[in-house]
Parts: sequence; structure tokens; C-alpha cells
Amino acid sequence: MSQKLCEIAHSRAGDKGNTLILSLIPFQESDFNLLVKEVSVEKVKAHFRHQVKGEIIRHVLPELKALQFTCFEALTSGVTTSLALDAHGKSLSYALLEMEIDDSIGLYSFINFSNTSIAASDSTVPGPKTADTPESKRN
Amino acid sequence: MQEKLRIGCGAGFSGDRIEPAMILTEKGNLDYLVLECLAERTIALAQKRKKQDPKAGYDVLLERRIVGLLPLLLKNKTRLITNMGAANPLAGAEKIIDIAQKLGLKLKVAVVLGDDVFDRISGTELSMEGSEPLQSYGNLVSANAYLGVDAILPALKTDANIILTGRVADPSLFLAPMIHELNWSTSDFELMGKGTVIGHLLECAGQITGGYFADPVSKPIPDMHILGHPFVDIFSDGSAIISKVSGTGGSITVQTAKEQLLYEVIDPGNYFTPDVIADFTSVKFSGQNKDEIRVEGGSGKAMPKTLKVSVGYEAGFIGEGEISYAGAHAIERAKLAAEIIEKRIGDRFEEFRVDYIGLSSMHGQELSKNSVPYEIRLRIAGKTKDRSFAQLVGEEIEALYTNGPAGGGGARKYTHEVIGVVSILMDRNNVNSSIQVLES
Repeated sequence: MSQKLCEIAHSRAGDKGNTLILSLIPFQESDFNLLVKEVSVEKVKAHFRHQVKGEIIRHVLPELKALQFTCFEALTSGVTTSLALDAHGKSLSYALLEMEIDDSIGLYSFINFSNTSIAASDSTVPGPKTADTPESKRN
Repeated sequence: MQEKLRIGCGAGFSGDRIEPAMILTEKGNLDYLVLECLAERTIALAQKRKKQDPKAGYDVLLERRIVGLLPLLLKNKTRLITNMGAANPLAGAEKIIDIAQKLGLKLKVAVVLGDDVFDRISGTELSMEGSEPLQSYGNLVSANAYLGVDAILPALKTDANIILTGRVADPSLFLAPMIHELNWSTSDFELMGKGTVIGHLLECAGQITGGYFADPVSKPIPDMHILGHPFVDIFSDGSAIISKVSGTGGSITVQTAKEQLLYEVIDPGNYFTPDVIADFTSVKFSGQNKDEIRVEGGSGKAMPKTLKVSVGYEAGFIGEGEISYAGAHAIERAKLAAEIIEKRIGDRFEEFRVDYIGLSSMHGQELSKNSVPYEIRLRIAGKTKDRSFAQLVGEEIEALYTNGPAGGGGARKYTHEVIGVVSILMDRNNVNSSIQVLES
């Protein structure tokens, strides 16, 4: 079954120039692995294809149990000169939370019950110190 | 040497409420109060005011804030650190001295100078954003370097009651008193990182007590009409407990702290400030009592050799107009109105934008494609070098009353000058800070 991100996570939007920064934080820390698996850079790129013109980097933060998406060329011409009503993109956290994810077999909830840390088999999740590098290089 | 230091943050942007800072100062038992009032563009706008009046250019709310806070600050022996000096810290300090004299209060203000580097840029520097020379953006109006703790510390070493700065990095406003009071070394980058984490968590004031967080369905926050601002107890090992004055509204939880920790952070492993490259990835929060969280972890490595400089430039004028339609065919009528305006004046603007407020103005057409709102507000915005062209947008929207689709109501028009901001990096050896102490 599919569900919207807003049902299991919250988000805050921030801006730096023309860069949009979106956090994604599960209400229950046990849902962190599900977010890591389901909310990939590719999915976020597709979801924001009309908003984000540049690269998107995903930072995985296992200590905090949160994801951070840094989206470049995302705020038309940038906060100070944009014609957009919401020039800062402050409302875009809720655009991310509209994304639908698939939790069809409940596998990840099962993993989470037995192991609250990162699933060892999930090679896409780097450790805390290198959280950004492998992700950003790949994408 | 102190074992514990308490800092409150009473403002997170230039237009922030004044009453939470009063409550913090009155009841928070603070050693320091910080007011962070300077966004990226605020200082460029302040530079323009200073050009018209050499006595202006400090925060427009400085007078109101100081009149309210000064007696409380002195009564409770709380020092104030604030960037309300904006583009003209010296004139701001003179204003504060003036207020103290009128109130019959003895006061010293230490002013931090040196962030204004406008005379040190040539215009040929390449911007960080677009790699274009600065002068290609437009007429340059300001250049302010982000100063760090090394600029603030000499001011703290005086016995000034108020430390007034222009542009400094926001976390440095908090890190400087930690270094000063807890006897930290500025080359202990682990501690500089931890202190920067704490500063970053506090700098947006209400954003860690439930502001910009609350959602009555998924994230309810109590008593937001009396939202309290935070204070933090920092211990000499760099750990901290964040809390707020009891009886104020809002709440502080691990969730509010996580949202604020990641706010505006491009790379959580490498957060650049003038003092350190901080690493936020090892930060841990734990809930203690109600509205109280413990912060541990965080680290850092040596500070960058360059300082970020925000450069303001004149970017023309934006004209805006809005009009609403409701009931049957509201969207179709709004779209007809947009078509009329676009045909009449659309080609006169460098940039032209049509928004349907209530439908697609915030997240675009994709996410709202199945939505049919009862009412819709058409908004049109155009950017141009010419102020009178910009005004045309609102005039044309207003003319829709009698020349446009049926049932248009509530037309409004706005025109404003745009100051754009881009950034460059400057060798920190080219930026020299100094302090000046004024006395009432």
C-alpha cells in the first residue's frame, strides 16, 4: 500500500541563495530505514522536476535519524530577486511531504523492529562521517 | 572560570517580536541575551538607508527594542550581544547611548567594526552563485564580510554592557561568549564545532520552541500566541541544555531541535563559519524534562582561510497586482484575466510571472492538478529596470474591474525596488576588525 510522507515524517525548508534545503525526519525513529530506502534522490528529483533545475544531494544522518536534501538551482533566480510569491521556498517542505511512498509488504517495519540501527545489508547507507560523500558522488 | 553559562536568544530576524526578549531578560536569569536581526539582504537595504542619511542604517527596530530592554538588562546584569548595528553600528551605538542618557542610565556600548569591505572590492570578482563578475549583476551598493568570534572577543573583554555588531556569522554571536566565559581556546576545533551547533540551534529564536514547526494536525504546539524564545545552559565540555521560561507558550522537543539543527544547512558534515568547519552529523538530542533537551556531540575542523562576503546590487523593480474570482468558473475567469494582461504588457518585462493563489502559486501545477478551489486569486508580477513599467502591472490589474472578466474583486497593487545579493569569498587577511567603546 502507498502512503504520503506527511503521514510518517516531518520536514523544514531552508534556503541559501538559489539553493533549497529540505530536511526529512520520521516521527518514529523506527521509520528511518524506510525513508532511506524509499526517498531516493531519483524520486525527489522526479517529484520536484518543475521546481529544481540543478543537482540534488541527499545526506543520510543515521545518528539523528534524518535525511537532508540539498537542491541546487531551486528557487527560480534566488531568494533576493525571485518573482515567486514564496521566494524563499518556505512552503516547499509540504511539497516534499506530498510524495507517495510504497510500504507494500511492511518489510522495513519488520527490520526496524528487530534492528533499530542501519540495516547491514543496505549498502546505500554510508556511516555518519562519510554520509555525504558517496551519495553526492553517485548522484 | 565559569562552569556554566546561560545565553538566551530573543530575536531570530529583524522583524521578530519584542516581548519574548523582554520575558527572557526579566525571568530567564541570563548571563547573555543575543538578538539576531540581520538576514542576508537586510544589510544591503540598510546600506541604502545609510547613503541617504549618514545617521541611519542600523536596525529599524533598534530604538524600540533597546528602550524596552535596557532597564531589564542593567537590573539583571545581563549583557546584550546583537547585530542590530546592521550597516551602521557606530550610529546605532550613538542611538543606544542617547536612549541611556534620556533614561538616566549608565552604560557602555562596544561596537564591532570592520565588516564593511565595500572599498575593497573591484567588481571583477566572480560570484559564488553564478561565477559571473560582480559588476555584471548591476550597480553595487554594499559588501559586508561575515566576521567571526575573533572580531567579537575584544569587545567582550571590555566591561561593555552591550556589544553591537554589523555583519557577523550568526553562530559566532553565541560562540564568542562561550569562549570568553568558559575559557575555551579558539584553536580547539572540537569545542568550536560544539559551540557552533549550539549557536545554530538558538539563532532563529522561536524556531526551536515550536515556531515554523507547528501543525495542528501532525505537530501541535500549545499557546503559540505567547511563544517563548529559548535559552541555553552551556557546560565547559561543550554539552548544553536548551529550555525556555516556564509559563511561556511553545514547546522544545527532540523533534523541534532536529528540524532546527538541519535548517539552512547545505552540508551537515561541513558547516562553514568564520570560526570553524563544523560537523553536525554526530549531534545527539535527548529529552529531559518537559521543554528541556540535552545536546551532545558535534565537532569541527580548522576554519576556512576565506570569509564570505555578501554583495548587494540594484536589481530593478518588481511590480505586482492581485485580483480575486470566486464561484462558478473562477479558475477560467482568472485565466482569462491573466491572458488579457499578458497580451497587453507581458513583453515589456525581463521576467513576468502569473500565479493562481489557492491553486498553484506555491507548489506549481503538478501537485494541485486535481484541486478545484471555490475561490482563486490571480497574482501577476513583472521585473524591470524601470519603476514606471513596474507600476504598470498593478494599474493593469486594477483596470480589470471594468475591462476584465465578470466578478473580479479585491484588487491590490504593489511596487518595490529589488536589491539582489550575491556572495564572494575574500582572504581573511584583507578583512580587519576593530572595536570602539562608547559611554553614556
